Amino acid sequence: MPQSPALAVRNVTKRFGDFVAVNDLSLDVQPGTCLGLLGPNGAGKTTLMRMITGQTGLNGGSISVLDFDIATQSREARAVLGVCPQQDNMDDQQTARENLALWAALCRVPRAQRKSAIAKALATAQLTERAGERVTNLSGGMRRRLLLGRAFINSPKLVLLDEPTVGLDPQVRSDLWLIIDAMRRSGVTVVMSTHYIEEAERLADDIAIVNHGRVIARGTPHQLRERYVGVEAVEYFGPPEVLDEIASKAADAGLKSRRAGLSISVLGVENTSVELLNSWGRLSRRPTNLEDVFVLLTGESLDG
Amino acid sequence: MARFDVRSLPAVWTRELIIFKRYWPGTTFTAVLEPLIFLFAIGLGVGAFIDEIAGVKYVVFVGTGAVATAVLFSSVFPGMYNTFIARVFQKVYDGILSTPTTTAELMVGEASWVAARTAVYGSVPMMATIPFGLTPRWGMLLVPFICFISALGLTFLGQYISGLVKVIDSFSYFQSALLTPLLFVSGTYFPIDGLPKWFGTISNVNPVYHCIELVRDACFGTLSPASLWHVLVLVVFAAITGTLSIRVMTKRLIT
Repeated sequence: MPQSPALAVRNVTKRFGDFVAVNDLSLDVQPGTCLGLLGPNGAGKTTLMRMITGQTGLNGGSISVLDFDIATQSREARAVLGVCPQQDNMDDQQTARENLALWAALCRVPRAQRKSAIAKALATAQLTERAGERVTNLSGGMRRRLLLGRAFINSPKLVLLDEPTVGLDPQVRSDLWLIIDAMRRSGVTVVMSTHYIEEAERLADDIAIVNHGRVIARGTPHQLRERYVGVEAVEYFGPPEVLDEIASKAADAGLKSRRAGLSISVLGVENTSVELLNSWGRLSRRPTNLEDVFVLLTGESLDG
Repeated sequence: MARFDVRSLPAVWTRELIIFKRYWPGTTFTAVLEPLIFLFAIGLGVGAFIDEIAGVKYVVFVGTGAVATAVLFSSVFPGMYNTFIARVFQKVYDGILSTPTTTAELMVGEASWVAARTAVYGSVPMMATIPFGLTPRWGMLLVPFICFISALGLTFLGQYISGLVKVIDSFSYFQSALLTPLLFVSGTYFPIDGLPKWFGTISNVNPVYHCIELVRDACFGTLSPASLWHVLVLVVFAAITGTLSIRVMTKRLIT
């Protein structure tokens, strides 16, 4: 028997004036899984996150968080949520420990458990040694780790991570992935928005591709690739005219292709004859990836 | 909208306490020094030419009036600036509202903290006036409470103003056009009886005036059932500005 979802979003719409930020969007997240919301900037990911915490109102539809209806029980929902916002909103004149102490109070961690909750969050963020440092003196990566640790201070059942590694260098990003992965494996449900393909592929059990406020595809990374772009791709480089020509040849052969700057990728070529592909130019083979799926489905490229 | 839950208030105070622990010398210095400057400069300076006003020594008159100056400065400015900085620059409120705390609890929590602090700051000019001839009376023990209720409404007013403006520079309009008149049409430095009659009418809706009247009643032993009128005005003022503050902040913070 299926469990009731940790998060159920049903036909949710949000308009800001004439702009439709979220458009009749529905999705379920099963307990203990990590859902990656993959989409370009402006796709509606942050708006959706804010709707889940009750900080942005709904123009239509409903959201429930662990069976708490956001319309009537948003406080109860926030009590079981952990949130790591895209924009760092810590008080940077306060120390790491003070920020966590404040969060423990705001999230109503019982007084007797606060000390250990703060120590645990500091350990998670690998900042135990720098607990007394003002946040303004911490590096960008440390601040992010602290924000992540903070999001877990109330032992939440569902965690919202809004672009948790945006703007950080690759080394710092992989440190953060370790933290997120450890949390995921501890059994907490994670909803993570990102526009980094690699992040979604590494951390998410399940991916929802979001564009123009809608979920346009949903599945595991493997399912999405298989469904839309096959297993293997070949890439050709060359001037635009040559790439145009390859695109039309690929279309004639019944293959999908996508352009990226000075290259073109022809997708799902695993059953296509090598001779044919070679006859179009010098190529390099690679496995298909989520970016192929994304670009094919939305016609937009992902930056970063 | 979720029901108001007082259990959220200690968490909001926790934030204020953390900040206060770090900045209390600066905050206290300004809050205490400015009214004392008024007390000495005007009370003693102008007092050299005026012996008595409304039956008391001029310096005592100004000293008790300076309580309200302290209340106004220590409440409306934190309400404006701290709220604006936390909301717009630091985005701290966005974070706080992703926890079980609501906008109403956040605003009431912050205002009650500022009002409690002002209860102490407001009492300093009164204490400082004692050596200049203000006779100590039991009624003076009410002054911190008078400061608290006055400051509550004024902090809400500051929060409301901070929700109205787009940029922090716009505060200067409110300072010149609203706060300065509040201070001068209140009876701090001179009794408003001396002004044209319509000033008196305006002062009836000025919380600073009612604060001063109550403080003087408490300090001069003239408390009477009529003093309850001033209390009522201050309570109604806080209820109105509190509602306005919560309303504008909800509009700004909950999109």
